Amino acid sequence: MDLTGYTLHELRQLLLRRETSSVEVTRAFLDRIAATDEGLNLFITVSEQEALQAAELADLRLSQADAAASPVLTGIPLALKDIFVTAGVRTTCASKILENFIPPYDGTAVSKVKEAGAVLLGKLNMDEFAMGSSNENSAFGPARNPWNRDYVTGGSSGGSAACVAARQAVASLGTDTGGSIRQPASHCGVVGLKPTYGRVSRYGVIAYASSLDQVGPLTRDVEDCALLLGVVAGHDPADSTSIHRDVPDYCATLRDGVAGMRLGLPREYFIDGLDPEVKQTVEKAIAVYKDLGAEIVEVSLPHTQYAVACYYLIATAEASSNLARYDGVRFGLRRDEGQGLIEMYRQSRAAGFGDEVKRRIMLGTYALSSGYYDAYYLKAQKVRTLIRQDFLEAFGKVDAILTPVAPTPAFRIDEKTADPLQMYLSDIFTIPVNLAGTCAMSIPCGVSTAGLPIGLQLIGSPFGEETILRAAYSFEQATDWHRQQAKL
Amino acid sequence: MKITRQEVEAVARLARLALDESELDALTGQMDAILGYVEQLNELNTDGILPTAHAVPVENAFRVDVARQGIGIDKALQNAPETGMDSFRVPKVIE
Repeated sequence: MDLTGYTLHELRQLLLRRETSSVEVTRAFLDRIAATDEGLNLFITVSEQEALQAAELADLRLSQADAAASPVLTGIPLALKDIFVTAGVRTTCASKILENFIPPYDGTAVSKVKEAGAVLLGKLNMDEFAMGSSNENSAFGPARNPWNRDYVTGGSSGGSAACVAARQAVASLGTDTGGSIRQPASHCGVVGLKPTYGRVSRYGVIAYASSLDQVGPLTRDVEDCALLLGVVAGHDPADSTSIHRDVPDYCATLRDGVAGMRLGLPREYFIDGLDPEVKQTVEKAIAVYKDLGAEIVEVSLPHTQYAVACYYLIATAEASSNLARYDGVRFGLRRDEGQGLIEMYRQSRAAGFGDEVKRRIMLGTYALSSGYYDAYYLKAQKVRTLIRQDFLEAFGKVDAILTPVAPTPAFRIDEKTADPLQMYLSDIFTIPVNLAGTCAMSIPCGVSTAGLPIGLQLIGSPFGEETILRAAYSFEQATDWHRQQAKL
Repeated sequence: MKITRQEVEAVARLARLALDESELDALTGQMDAILGYVEQLNELNTDGILPTAHAVPVENAFRVDVARQGIGIDKALQNAPETGMDSFRVPKVIE
């Protein structure tokens, strides 16, 4: 088998048995990137030299007698969304304003995967500053879906999902503010998990909406997802919103099955706007769970319909504040036409930000501005409380919740770019989870007649990652959707 | 109209964005549509509901008051568009 076809846990065994080397595997992925990325546009930066150096070091470690005691990612090639700052490797956030930014330090998630022995292949395409649902808002051009290049990858972690589907990396890390891991995972047919807010450090992750942003893995199967989550999770003194709480061994409970597990179906998620094929596919997945012995219970999340409106006030308000740092002074693009400091700020920001980023900064600035704060931002924060209460009440009755990830499979490139509001509505099933701060994942559960993947969303209670991973693993063992691959 | 072209211009000034005429035109229509959409939040009675700023309750994160190594001047300045005298250099602020 081609070395790029293995999962992380399979590759780990091959490396420990010395049936291959990290250098060999890393070269196979670099070759595959070189052969396929011109048509897909998933990498913004390929760090070939750094990757090969790390692979040589990993092989040294793997050649020692106690190789089995080496950290779990030793020699495994991963790729990162270009939102993670990486010491010495350009980090753009897919924005012109950071086109030449070379970070002086590694973010915590990056340090953790490096310490676990990972080989980093490079930095992946995304929607600029993680603002988008299609990966079309990138200063480096849209990412293309490996299942069909005329279609979007989803976003904002489009490159992260698609590179796993295209076998350009074993696994990747992304971030999810309103669905940015789960929706592209669904559109590209891979596994993606957004952890509970505070589970993973945000230090060294370029901020979009700080009360919603969370780092998570995108992988080929559920076991890989559990492994990678275990590496990046945990408290970090550098992020005071990360939680002091032990990190369980997420792999230990994967095989415990779903017999007797109570799974909720929220009636508000099975609405008229749902694509019939997505609905049928998700219903078939629910039937699989019934066969596996889970108990299916109807639940209600009554404030679901308000989530998108709530999100686009809170996220844009936080973004307008976070993105104030791009002013042409300490880093990033500067446009100075000799008209003074304020004009330098205005020109630099106008030249550096793309349309969607400008739109969200404008909306957020408006929502926070004097006279409108109570009507928009404060109101949205109160509605956020209601949405969170919906989930906490539901989790009093069920162990996890099953829903579609997105109302449709991937759409065509350019199909939704003319109408921002329509684009925002494609996140209707993922946004509530971020507002509630809980965890959720997307797993492949079918392929549309047009040949595009469809995902199933499993939502867990706060810090209920073990439960959804276990439920996801059971589904995966009973089906073979995760083995279906994009034909490039 | 939820927002006028004049208000959009004022917001652009607050946001420090030099937008051209066509951008201001487009944004006026788009922001109006989005603000019209978010209006639905007013259907909900939120009297007595506490706002959620963070979904997971966070408290002050204290640590022991010990000095730690910074990244140093060279690294801090390495991405600056313009530097001088170990500092970030900016256009003249006061005439």
